[in-house]
Amino acid sequence: MSNDVAIVDSGGANLASLQFALERLGARGTITASPAVIRSAGRVILPGVGAAGDAMQRLRSAGLDTVLPGLQQPVLGICLGMQLLYERTEEGDTQCLGIVPATVRRLLPSPGLPAPHMGWNRVRARRAGGLLDGLADGEHFYFVHGYAAPTTPDTIAVTDYGTDITAIVQRRNFLGTQFHPERSGPAGARVLQNFLRGATCC
Amino acid sequence: MRDGRVVKGVRFRGHEVVGEILDLAARYRDEGADELVFYDITASPEGRTVERSWVRRVASVLDIPFCVAGGIRSIADAEAVLGAGAEKVSVNSPALADPGLIDRLAARFGAQCVVVGIDSETTSGGYRVYSLTGDPDRSRDSGRNTLDWVREVQERGAGEIVLNCMASDGVRRGYDIAQLAAVRAICHVPLVASGGAGAIEHFTAVFRDAGVDAALAASVFHSGAISIPDLKAALAAQDIEVRP
Repeated sequence: MSNDVAIVDSGGANLASLQFALERLGARGTITASPAVIRSAGRVILPGVGAAGDAMQRLRSAGLDTVLPGLQQPVLGICLGMQLLYERTEEGDTQCLGIVPATVRRLLPSPGLPAPHMGWNRVRARRAGGLLDGLADGEHFYFVHGYAAPTTPDTIAVTDYGTDITAIVQRRNFLGTQFHPERSGPAGARVLQNFLRGATCC
Repeated sequence: MRDGRVVKGVRFRGHEVVGEILDLAARYRDEGADELVFYDITASPEGRTVERSWVRRVASVLDIPFCVAGGIRSIADAEAVLGAGAEKVSVNSPALADPGLIDRLAARFGAQCVVVGIDSETTSGGYRVYSLTGDPDRSRDSGRNTLDWVREVQERGAGEIVLNCMASDGVRRGYDIAQLAAVRAICHVPLVASGGAGAIEHFTAVFRDAGVDAALAASVFHSGAISIPDLKAALAAQDIEVRP
């Protein structure tokens, strides 16, 4: 298991919960915006709370918009961090990192389905193993988001919010979870552990 | 929360200490609570910001989301609480005094971080929003109609609304279904029911009849009158989806 995790500082305020979750798994997460530290880390996590435009602006000003797509080690985007892996998002019509082909769309509220999507929802695997290794299909994870990625061939798992949306994505060494594993109880801890163990790797 | 300990009152009065915060947080985590909300009830009336050292300690033991309410008046206040590990901040009295606070918080942190708490009282003039409810001597009608305020906070960027029905709070006779249903009809963000839970059937009723997204309770869990696993099993038996 890799104990050396770079947590990319994209300006989100809430990084402590992720650090604590890694700590509980015996790993150490360093919050950094340094290209050198990120390139040499065993694992990289791109977290995200906040607005996409703001986060991309911060990544660009640190030169990370070109560094991140070139990384070879396992990278995990969480929530907004997952959305930043895509080409674009409708949130502020923002160009993202362009690793996963597709555009992230706004969730529109409908009766019985408030937006943002907040709370625990079931995740169903389209491909077994990987981040969901050792977990039953249909486990609940904690979601908090107002934009969502459509399902594409890179979608590993989905959640149903009126329609199926991407809950886990993987393209090469880049993984993403729309839910917050660090706030999803024992199931979330298992997802992080699978990422750290490299069960997903490349 | 008051002075670093967990307290609970009845109809917002006579708060008693019910436990040490970390013990309770760990207990609810292990019992399967889906989210915890910490109210610093002394914060707004005394005009001070929430004392935050416990937020970080709570974040280190919790693997479920939690929200902090109390005395958050600025971006800096919210940043400190979110930075210490909370998922969301909840604003109540400060948002009544300065509604633009909701817009600023949503722009900086995203709507999903911004919960607006509303303490609502049933009066002859309809549902009315009360402010500074942490202190019975200063609690007062804010001059706002509850339904108007629900509409306004959504326009300003609230990502979730916690509606606390004051007449029901802590008395365990059930949630105020009529009021919650009236709010649900105009609320397109997640709506959390608060105030009045006393029995398992009260939870069943509020999900079924008021269509809320979540139900919040304190007394019945603190006292052990209802266990969370029993509650979840009962809800699941009524086809209300819960995380097991």
